[in-house]
Formats: sequence, C-alpha cells, structure tokens
Amino acid sequence: MVSIRSNRHLDPAGSPGRPWMTRPEGEGVLLPAAPARRYDRTLWGDAWRRFRRHRLAMAGAATFLGLTAATLAGPLVYHVGINTIDFHASMASPSRVHLLGTNDLGQDMLARILSGGRISIAVGITAMLMSVTLGTLMGAIAGYFGRTIDLILMRVTDVFISLPQLPLLLLVIYLFRERLSRAFGPQFGIFWLIVVVIGGLNWMSTARLIRAGFLSIKEKEFVEAARSLGVGTARQIFRHILPNVLSPVIVSATLSVGTAIIAESTLSFLGLGFPPDVPTWGRLLYDSQNYLDLAPHMAIFPGLMICLAVLSINYVGDGLRDALDPTRTL
Amino acid sequence: MTAYIGRRLLSAIPTLILISMVVFGILALAPGDPLSQFAANPDIPPEVRENIRHQFGLDQPIPIRYVKWAAAFARGDWGYSFASRFSVSRLILQRLPTDFWVVGFAYLVAVLLAIPIGVLSAVKQYSVFDQVATTCAFIGFSLPTFFTGILFIIIFSVRLHWLPFIFNVQATNPAVILKQAVMPVAVLALFQSAGLMRFVRSSMLDNVGQDYVRTARAKGVSERRVIVRHVLRNGLIPVVTLLALGLPAVFTGAVITEQIFRVPGIGSLLIASIQNSDTPVVMAITFVYAILVVLFNLVADVIYGLLDPRIKYG
Repeated sequence: MVSIRSNRHLDPAGSPGRPWMTRPEGEGVLLPAAPARRYDRTLWGDAWRRFRRHRLAMAGAATFLGLTAATLAGPLVYHVGINTIDFHASMASPSRVHLLGTNDLGQDMLARILSGGRISIAVGITAMLMSVTLGTLMGAIAGYFGRTIDLILMRVTDVFISLPQLPLLLLVIYLFRERLSRAFGPQFGIFWLIVVVIGGLNWMSTARLIRAGFLSIKEKEFVEAARSLGVGTARQIFRHILPNVLSPVIVSATLSVGTAIIAESTLSFLGLGFPPDVPTWGRLLYDSQNYLDLAPHMAIFPGLMICLAVLSINYVGDGLRDALDPTRTL
Repeated sequence: MTAYIGRRLLSAIPTLILISMVVFGILALAPGDPLSQFAANPDIPPEVRENIRHQFGLDQPIPIRYVKWAAAFARGDWGYSFASRFSVSRLILQRLPTDFWVVGFAYLVAVLLAIPIGVLSAVKQYSVFDQVATTCAFIGFSLPTFFTGILFIIIFSVRLHWLPFIFNVQATNPAVILKQAVMPVAVLALFQSAGLMRFVRSSMLDNVGQDYVRTARAKGVSERRVIVRHVLRNGLIPVVTLLALGLPAVFTGAVITEQIFRVPGIGSLLIASIQNSDTPVVMAITFVYAILVVLFNLVADVIYGLLDPRIKYG
C-alpha cells in the first residue's frame, strides 16, 4: 500500500514545501533539512518519472490525447456535414475527396468518425467518473464504518458482481430508452441512460479496492492521531485515508474508461445504443454490417478507432500500475 | 468440506433471490406494455385486452406477480413465449446444444492455447517469445470481439471465400458444420485466451521466485521437472479457479459473436426476444445467466479448496 503522509496540517513546524517527506516513518521529529534537490521527490513526482520511462504507456497516453483532440477539434477544421447525403458517391472507397470513403448513403466517413468519437469518448470518461464515484463512496463507507454497514454494502456488491452484465445492460437500455429519449431528447437522454447503466454496473471492483485499503489504513497511527485531535468523519475519510488508497483506484479507473467505450460500442453494435443520426463508433460498425462485401472500409475505420482508443488506454493503465507501485523500482 | 459446500449453496440462494428481484423489478417497472402487440391490433377490442391482462395476471400488484413467477420458475414452469407460443424452456433447450458446442469448443481451444503459451512465456521471461506473446495477448484482449468478428468476415469470407459467414443449423455434412464454426470459435477463443494467457504467465511468475523452487533446484531436480511438477502444479491453482469464474462470462460474451455470425444460440434468442418485447423469454434467459454466474462462483471456491490444501474451510 502506498503511504502518502497526509497529516500535513498536523506538522508543528509548518515548513514550506512538503515537510512530511523529510520525516522518517512513524516519528514526529524533523530531520535536518536534506539537500535542496531531494525536496522534489514527491510520490506523484516519482510516479510521473516512472510513468515517463514506460515507453508504451507514454505512446498510449499520446495516442489517446491525440484521438480526443482530433474528435474535439476535427469537426471545427473538417467542414463536411455528417448527414450530407450524396447518392452519387455511395460507398465510395477512400479517396482524396473522402479520405476515409463514404457509407451507403454517401455520407463522409471521416466526418462521422470524428463527431461520433466525441460521444464514444465522452461516454467512456463520464461512465468512468460515475463508477469511480459510486465505488469510492460504497467502499469508503463500508471500510470506514465496518460492522453491519460493511456487511450490508458488501452483500450488495456481491449481488451486483453476480448480475449477468451484458444481458442486463441490453435489457435496461431497451426498456427505458424510449421514455428517456422522449423526456430528454434522443441524444441527451440516451447518453445519460447509457452512462448511468454502464457506470452502475462497473463500480464493484473500485468499491472492493477502496474498502480493502480503508480496512488497513484506518487502523494506522496517523488516522488515530487525527481522530484524537477531533477531526470529523468526512475529513478523516477524504483527507486522511482516501489519498492513501488512491493508486490502485487510479489504475482501475483508467482501465474502466476502455471498458466503458467497449460497452457503449457493444450496445450500439447490437442496435440498442444511440440512434442512427448519432454516429458513435459502435453504431458505425452496426451500420456497416450489411455492406462488408462492397464497402469494407465502412467497418474497418470505426473498428480501428475503437481498438486504438481501448489499446492506448490499456497501455496507459499498465504504465500507471507500474508507476504507482512503489515496491517496483524502475 | 461437505458442510462448507452446503453452507455456500445455502448462501447462494439469497443472492439468487435478490438477483431475480432486480431483474423482475426492472421488467415490471419498465415503461411499455408487454401486450403492446395486442394493443396495436385494431381487431382486438379493449375488453378482450383487459381479459388477456387478467388471464396473464398483469392487473395484479408487482410483489404478487413476483411471488407467482418465482414459484412457477422454481417448479420448472418458465411460461410461454409471447412471440412464438412455444414454452420458454423448449425454446431455450432447442438452442442449448449449439451454444454448448460453439462456446464450449471455443473455451477449450482458449485453454489449450493459453496454458502452454503462458507457461513458456513465464519460463522464458523477457525473451523474444515472451515479448511477442505478451504483446499479442495485450492486443488480443483489447480488441472487442465484434471488431475481430467483422475483420474475420472481411478477410476469410469476403476476400478469400474460404469460410461461410452464416451459421446453418440444418447442415448435416460434418465438413460444413466444422467450417462454419471456425470463425465464431476463433473469435471467442482468441479473446478468451489472451486474458487467460496473461493470467497464467503472472501466476507462474509468482511461483518461480518462491523458496520451494530454489530448494527443488538445489536438490538437483531437473529444470523440466521443476517447472512441470513444482511450479506448474502451484501456478495453475488460481488459473483453474479463474477458468470456472470465467465460464459464465464466456456465455454472455458469446451474445455478440452469435449476433455477428448469426449463430442460433441462447444469446441471439435473447437479443431477438428483447427486440420483440418477449418478456417471459428475456426474464428466463437473464435469470439462467445469473444462475450460471452464481453456480460457477461456487464451483470456483470449491475447486480452490480442493486444489490448495492451505485453504481451510472452518
């Protein structure tokens, strides 16, 4: 377990910079100031240094940021309408006019991939935030309070783990999507439905990680010290214990962005995700299925985008796992 | 041990009841009428529709409907499909053989690929073989099955004309049956074996550094015997558990593969039933999947205890 000493405000000296780094584990006495350069070595600084040395993880981070930037800025630069129908150019192969070809209606694939990517990536990130928030709350409450609350929450977690994910995902989306798209508009309503359902079925591993961390950290002396000084429950949880259990959660959060992107693509691929005028990558693949013989580019490019996004995220997750684990020295 | 299994079986029951409540609740609270097909038909007068509702018990409160459904389900009466008028159990049983054959075969291939590659990769850590294998595995489990499936169709069916891309259950010629199963099995097996291989490798690596391995080597045991008799036996314990835990996910994951290759398994029945609002079938399939998950969790725990004498069940 990573131990960031988060009892900063307890430090009597109140020295500038990061005083807790100059203290040996478990003692309250300040050491004579170390040479100035060593002040830079913080946990996150070390992690960043290790992460930078992981070449594939850096490549993954660059790829994912590049993809996100392209989907955000692309439609501003590339002025081709995603819904411009041109039957003369139906299923055209990639050419200089249509860089990634066109679909059966003659709509430009590059424009569709760029604007659909926004939604695919947005779903991935929002669903991740949702599952991490939910998982952190459940895990923290269960781990901190223990006893009956722990028992009940962990039982709930077990039930959620036993739920058949994909069938349930399909079922909920299918049953509720019409009402929500009528209530909040087709794009907005379905976006939140998908995000909530994906996030709501993916928080369990985070909750378990957080709970396990809390169980061991809450018994440590610095938490006891904080408690005896009268620090409130919420502050103990969020300021003192949580930062110490974050690193495995950061890794699982990163990986869950990829999982969520795949989940959304799966839904759209099965025809149960976004409507046809919202060309997420999965939806583009779904639309391509009947034209695999005449226009394979309709399937290959969106599929490659999904793979690229997920692969780069997984490499980032892998790099973070190595970087945030202080028992590994790189 | 028997007492432990019994206790675990008992504790699985509340989990299953809770899951069935969740699934039933979602279906019951969902907007939309299971009888919407009748509603759309102008030939059916409202009184008749009310009669049908009454006959199906749809006018009763949700808890009562749940208890009735659960009692019937436990007795093995899974109701009738709205769409096809067949009994649900018959529909599912009809599809089961195809499912077992495709999914089971794929899982077998995945295991047969993953274990040797994972072991070799761990034994020759950081060698070229290891680098290639781990990279392939990493890519393999990052690629979603719906894309590999489509890619396979484009390459092997559209371009090379080697394999048919539509699964025909009526086929009797063994060569045809084998040929049409190649792609669905390959897609499923590749995805599964990638994840498994990584797990086998890391589990082997966890054991290679242990003291008992050094002791075995110090006694002069041959390297081959050290790996096969000592490391492998311990390294495979968590792998066997994972195999049991992963099986339900293979079945639910096959939903996508079945949809791509039009394999008439339970997964494609589920999708079709969802699209037809065929509530009894959807409910039964979802619950069958849930039973699979809970059952194999139990199996994994028991296997773990049998294989690893360090685990004691008090």
